[in-house]
Amino acid sequence: MFETLTDRFSKAIRRLSGRGRISRANIAEAMGDVRRALLEADVNYTVAKDFCDSVVEKAIGANVLESLHPGQVMVKIVNDELTSLMGPVDSRIYFVSPGPTIIMLAGLQGSGKTTTAGKLAKFVMAQGKKPLLVAADLQRPAAVDQLEILAQQIKVPAYCDRHGKDAVALCRAAVKAASSAGQDVVILDTAGRLHIDADLMAELRNIVKAVNPQQIYLVCDAMTGQDAVNSAKEFNDQLELDGVILSKMDGDARGGAALSIKAVTGKPIKFIGVGEKLDRLEEFHPDRMAGRILGMGDVVGLVEKAQQHFDVEQAEKMQEKLLSDRFTMDDLLQQFQAIRKMGPLGDIMKMIPGMGSQMKNMPALDERELDRTQAIVQSMTKDERDDPEIVDASRRRRIAGGSGTEPADVSELIKTFGRMRHMVKAFSSQGLLGGKGMFGKMKMAKQLGSMDMFSGQAQFKRKQRSKRKKPARKRHRR
Amino acid sequence: MGIIRRTLEKLRSGLSKTRRKFTSSFRTLLTVGRKIDEDLLDELEGALIGADVGIKTTVRIIEDLRQAYSEKRIERCEQILGFLKTEMKSYWPQTDRSLKLAPAGPTVILVAGVNGTGKTTSVAKLAWLLTQSGKKVILAAADTFRAAAVQQLTIWSQRTGVQIVKHQSGADPGAVVFDACDAALARSADVVLVDTAGRLHTQEHLMRELGKIRRVVEKKIPGAPHEVLLVLDATTGQNAISQAQTFSEAIGVTGLFLAKLDGTAKGGIVVAIRDQVNLPVKFIGIGEKPEDIEPFDPETFVEALFE
Repeated sequence: MFETLTDRFSKAIRRLSGRGRISRANIAEAMGDVRRALLEADVNYTVAKDFCDSVVEKAIGANVLESLHPGQVMVKIVNDELTSLMGPVDSRIYFVSPGPTIIMLAGLQGSGKTTTAGKLAKFVMAQGKKPLLVAADLQRPAAVDQLEILAQQIKVPAYCDRHGKDAVALCRAAVKAASSAGQDVVILDTAGRLHIDADLMAELRNIVKAVNPQQIYLVCDAMTGQDAVNSAKEFNDQLELDGVILSKMDGDARGGAALSIKAVTGKPIKFIGVGEKLDRLEEFHPDRMAGRILGMGDVVGLVEKAQQHFDVEQAEKMQEKLLSDRFTMDDLLQQFQAIRKMGPLGDIMKMIPGMGSQMKNMPALDERELDRTQAIVQSMTKDERDDPEIVDASRRRRIAGGSGTEPADVSELIKTFGRMRHMVKAFSSQGLLGGKGMFGKMKMAKQLGSMDMFSGQAQFKRKQRSKRKKPARKRHRR
Repeated sequence: MGIIRRTLEKLRSGLSKTRRKFTSSFRTLLTVGRKIDEDLLDELEGALIGADVGIKTTVRIIEDLRQAYSEKRIERCEQILGFLKTEMKSYWPQTDRSLKLAPAGPTVILVAGVNGTGKTTSVAKLAWLLTQSGKKVILAAADTFRAAAVQQLTIWSQRTGVQIVKHQSGADPGAVVFDACDAALARSADVVLVDTAGRLHTQEHLMRELGKIRRVVEKKIPGAPHEVLLVLDATTGQNAISQAQTFSEAIGVTGLFLAKLDGTAKGGIVVAIRDQVNLPVKFIGIGEKPEDIEPFDPETFVEALFE
């Protein structure tokens, strides 16, 4: 079902180019797909419309039609435009001296302010700062407890007043306390509120007046829909935000709200929250976000993750082995373990372009399947791992017994392994994996940005070849 | 009738801004005498998508409209509003909106959802509502993960005057639910409300944990859980569909609790969920107090949107 945007574009444009000239109207037709992708990602209706209009203008100027792969070029233009709209990146926190630097968090209920406060505290601590967390949420039951527990977890002082009624006075007192205790960053965790709640919005303005925070961040749920523009605009109008933190990005929401918010407030998105643990705060990368909104995965992120966990030398050795037919079950095991070090399998798969939505149609990716495979390999002798073909019925029974699997599972794995070896040989003879090797390609991709990797040549080569072959076959039949 | 009128008033005040924005777009769109043409349909599409109804469902509704127009069931612009109302009302038949209670013994209601949708507050509201109708309610604090979640529910239990079964933070939620069911049987309570920890539906291991909670309930009380409510934040966009699907697969969701409908978000995503996942909405949350809960009434909902 799933078609990547490039595919759709290529198809649309190929269809047109057969007919001759491409007009403004033709490109607009292809842009319908972009618009749809944006809307499905929850980009605001008006924002999406304006965006598409501006891309059409750009695309026409850029001579899309003369380029080799118009579909790719179009997607690149769309992607670049999205990236530049959501950028530039500015995830620095500006500290003042003398301190304390006051950071205020605001947002709707349940957007993730308290957790983000904890994450920010941890983040500034890593920069050598001494933060004070201030529980200014006096509305929600146990919000104060929650912040206090988070503060204990990261060993940061928390300023709480369980019987307090006045958030403004509390913030003022907290800042004073921070100054005298030598805490140089104060993080205000305010209560969640609706942007149309006049009283509570006034309270926020009063806090701003009272303590004059240097940075005011809006915390926004990445899953927010069309309403994101309304709330973000109101918060920005009333508070003059300095930036936005997008929470719950570890889900599968495409996060079009990021574009909407940037479009209506003009304020940079500083950080994204990618998990419930307090170290899961990352810098915002507009290019990755663009890929995500367009449903194209996050190749650069994947490569980065791989580089963090793979030893380059080892990977290159592995590559050589793979191509030279000396690839054994032991190497397979090693590869598995390396991949698993990168995190939950599902997370990794999601980063691969196109996989995100495809995964829904696939049987659930089971980590236990990997466990089982590992167990089977670990139950083999050294000789068997080097040359799985020596495994006969008796060995198979022993391996199955040792790994708690069925003999059929063992032969299945050996068969798959054989096929894989074969496939690799076929690939390498075609030169697809040759030269720089997979890892080299990954590095290259990083330099080129996700676009080029995503629409890598392999895909196109294959397609063209199959096209050329068809008429030849027909002739043969005749 | 009283409750309907009250709901309408609350929704009106809660949705005042929503309605103004939503209808202003509809009102200006559907001026008397305007021709029904592609431009109008485009603008209507924009308005529906702007309410988070989503592309797929919006396209369907617009197609229905087109069909009705070509069959001459609607001929004038001012009939469109009425047509859309009827169309959307037909999405929620009367039958599946009530809360299913056990014929005898305690009823168990599981409440689940992603982080920050308002599960704990919604549980408190349900507790209040059920207590109002004379039921003896026990809360199960099965969110043992998030910091201070147990404390939060405890405060609500005190405010609404219902009993609570809780363990230490970090305890096994299955064990909490086991004890809560035990307590309900021993104290002959009518309803057990289980507040589970928020989890993103993409976290498979957490979804499995939820499945386990369900199985504990099933084993303990035959026929339970009688209701599995998914709490949805009204501001959520298209991702809610994926949430509804995944949670349904994991624990067999029976209905939605649409929280935070007092903002400017339109909650149109429930239309898409009804269309694509076939889940009914049972309740709506329209404030932070326990009494800010109303049974979902499609007529009021649609009317408040289109009025």
